[in-house]
Amino acid sequence: MDFELTDDQKRIRRAAREFAEGELGDAIAPYDERQTFPHEIVKKLGPLGFLGVLVPDEYGGAGLDYVSYALIVEELCRGDASVGITMWAHNSLCTNHITVFGSEAQKRRYLPRLASGDVLGAWGLTEAGSGSDAAALRTRAEWRDGEWVLNGSKAFITNASVGGLAVVLARTDPEQRSRSISAFILERGTPGFRAGQPYRKLGLHASDTAELILEDARVPAAGLLGERGMGFVHALQVLEGGRIAMAAMGVGIAEAALGQSVKYMNQRTAFGRTLAEFNGLQGMIAEVAAEVEVARLLTLRAAYLKDTGRPARHAAAMAKLFASETAMKAASKAVQIHGGAGYITEFPVERIFRDAKLTEIGEGTSEIQRLVIAREILQLS
Amino acid sequence: MNIVVCAKVVPLSSVTIRIDPATRRMVRKDVSQELDPQAAKAVEEALRLTEKHGGSVTVVVMGGEDATIGIRGALAMGATAAIHLSDPALAGSDALGTAKALAAAIRKAPFDLVMCATESSDSYTGLVPGQLAQLLGVPPLTFATSVTVEGRTVTIKRQSEGGYDVVSAELPLLVTVTTGINEPRYPTLKGIMGAKKKEIKRYTAAELGLGPAEVGESGAREKVLTVGRPPARPAGTIIQDDGEGGKKIAAFLADLKLI
Ligand SMILES: Cc1cc2nc3c(=O)[nH]c(=O)nc-3n(C[C@H](O)[C@H](O)[C@@H](O)COP(=O)(O)OP(=O)(O)OC[C@H]3O[C@@H](n4cnc5c(N)ncnc54)[C@H](O)[C@@H]3O)c2cc1C
Ligand SMILES: Cc1cc2nc3c(=O)[nH]c(=O)nc-3n(C[C@H](O)[C@H](O)[C@H](O)COP(=O)(O)OP(=O)(O)OC[C@H]3O[C@@H](n4cnc5c(N)ncnc54)[C@H](O)[C@@H]3O)c2cc1C
Repeated sequence: MDFELTDDQKRIRRAAREFAEGELGDAIAPYDERQTFPHEIVKKLGPLGFLGVLVPDEYGGAGLDYVSYALIVEELCRGDASVGITMWAHNSLCTNHITVFGSEAQKRRYLPRLASGDVLGAWGLTEAGSGSDAAALRTRAEWRDGEWVLNGSKAFITNASVGGLAVVLARTDPEQRSRSISAFILERGTPGFRAGQPYRKLGLHASDTAELILEDARVPAAGLLGERGMGFVHALQVLEGGRIAMAAMGVGIAEAALGQSVKYMNQRTAFGRTLAEFNGLQGMIAEVAAEVEVARLLTLRAAYLKDTGRPARHAAAMAKLFASETAMKAASKAVQIHGGAGYITEFPVERIFRDAKLTEIGEGTSEIQRLVIAREILQLS
Repeated sequence: MNIVVCAKVVPLSSVTIRIDPATRRMVRKDVSQELDPQAAKAVEEALRLTEKHGGSVTVVVMGGEDATIGIRGALAMGATAAIHLSDPALAGSDALGTAKALAAAIRKAPFDLVMCATESSDSYTGLVPGQLAQLLGVPPLTFATSVTVEGRTVTIKRQSEGGYDVVSAELPLLVTVTTGINEPRYPTLKGIMGAKKKEIKRYTAAELGLGPAEVGESGAREKVLTVGRPPARPAGTIIQDDGEGGKKIAAFLADLKLI
């Protein structure tokens, strides 16, 4: 057994941390406050390789392993979770769906643009009426006169309004439930395809979340991604990687919260002592630090299973569940440790607290992760 | 244009530096190292020059085995090749010994321009570049806040009290850059992976033609006698405000002839 990262992985983590420390953090505060997308900062991700982390070299990506990827997501989310989710939703969902299931022609056409950051990618599974029960989606794709015609809408989609490309799941065979869903690639500018107004959200204010609206949106035959009817099966596989990324996001947020807590405890005095000297707070810090470590190990293990080609569904669900709940706990404790200062926007923990909540909801809620884990353990189908 | 950048690899800036009281040297063992952020600016400037004028950037580092991470860092930024001088015989060199080793390594291949940071981030004597220029027999252009090359003429803006001087000389020469000259680029993921494939040449002291009389502890003519803390500042005066606080502060400042 070996807990040591390779030299490459260490260097990559350091590079991601350097970028996050130099460009994220407080620099995002004004975007968060105005709820605007930090185009200027996201633009820097592509040239550094952060938008094509898992894309093979021949398509313009960095071709890295999942462990490196998880480390990058953790570091960027530690710097800022809005930029973090923008980056990993692009990588894990849209880009990875095309990388893993796209035809050679689709990969040649889309991956170089996605990997360089020329376009950001969105991925639409969720609808207003179907989230956890994603297979109940109602967006339809009909084959008419030599092209696909899509109707419906997708809710809560990351990068929907800033993205230049979206992978969208739609029902191609309304009669059947299984094998009736297919995936499509939609380019911005496709007639009948547009994004709604970005939502106003609790947190992740500097990330873009909006509806994708399809009104007789026309997609050529070449826009079908993967085999017809395999869309949902493929989506579940895409989500497996997405859960590892969301777990890494949880670890990053938790680490940020912990770091802020430690800093504040060493600075702030009360009753003539620093907060660091109070037993009750020490207990909080110790517990959070231990849980962050567990969350990271679970996340890296799930990534490692993926890298070695083994089933990672169970491990990814466990990592996602634990890391997201750790993020929420770490953020909540961080606000508590900061007292009143933790409740006002001047201190980063207020933002971290708002951002953390999403990790328990996106990519399958905590309840759904528990369901996935329990089914596996109880051998229920 | 062949540019050689002399870069030190130093403890991470987040690490608290410790001095070994016995040897009075900085403890570098088991301390995370990085490319000196000052030297990174020299690397950045060199890369910008070769991107404009063509040529290569070779990074020379004298330092222990764990300096490799910093060398790879410079290669990941885009440097073409590196030379690592890591020989126990070089440990304990003083500034002149360091300059001798660097000069000998630089002379192994044709060069046009040598770039250094004005001083290193860890022991910042600022002695090495001047000595190096002397040993290489080239003019040093120091404290550059910008560097331009036209043909064989290098022109720098030198930071001065009131503004800057414009100074130029013909290649080959040595330039030292200041902190403000640029913001070094972040290494790209591809750069990091590609850095592994780049060559790192190694020379021993013997291969550089240097013996114990010139380099290492034995060759050091300067000895650090003591390393001490700055004197503690005397405790301040605390004035309790009992209604007369303002007056007391005014009297205190008047005593010091500040008001
Ligand atoms: C507390 C202390 C005090 C010291 N005092 C003295 C002293 O008074 N006299 C003396 O001779 N020595 C002294 N030394 C030793 C001396 O610092 C180093 O041995 C010598 O390498 C100079 O390093 P520097 O970092 O000061 O170089 P600087 O002259 O500050 O470095 C300037 C530039 O030269 C280049 N450079 C320097 N070192 C290297 C390297 N190893 N590899 C590649 N490029 C390099 C880099 O471009 C660097 O940015 C002292 C060391 C310590 C720890
Ligand atoms: C900021 C943000 C970004 C997002 N980005 C994307 C994206 O890029 N692409 C995308 O497709 N989607 C995205 N989503 C959607 C997200 O994946 C869904 O919101 C999530 O899966 C939950 O679905 P829902 O909102 O429909 O909740 P519901 O499914 O309605 O759940 C409501 C509650 O019921 C619980 N519940 C549901 N089923 C069960 C069950 N069987 N057992 C126990 N409890 C259950 C849930 O846990 C939850 O507590 C995003 C959401 C947000 C907020």
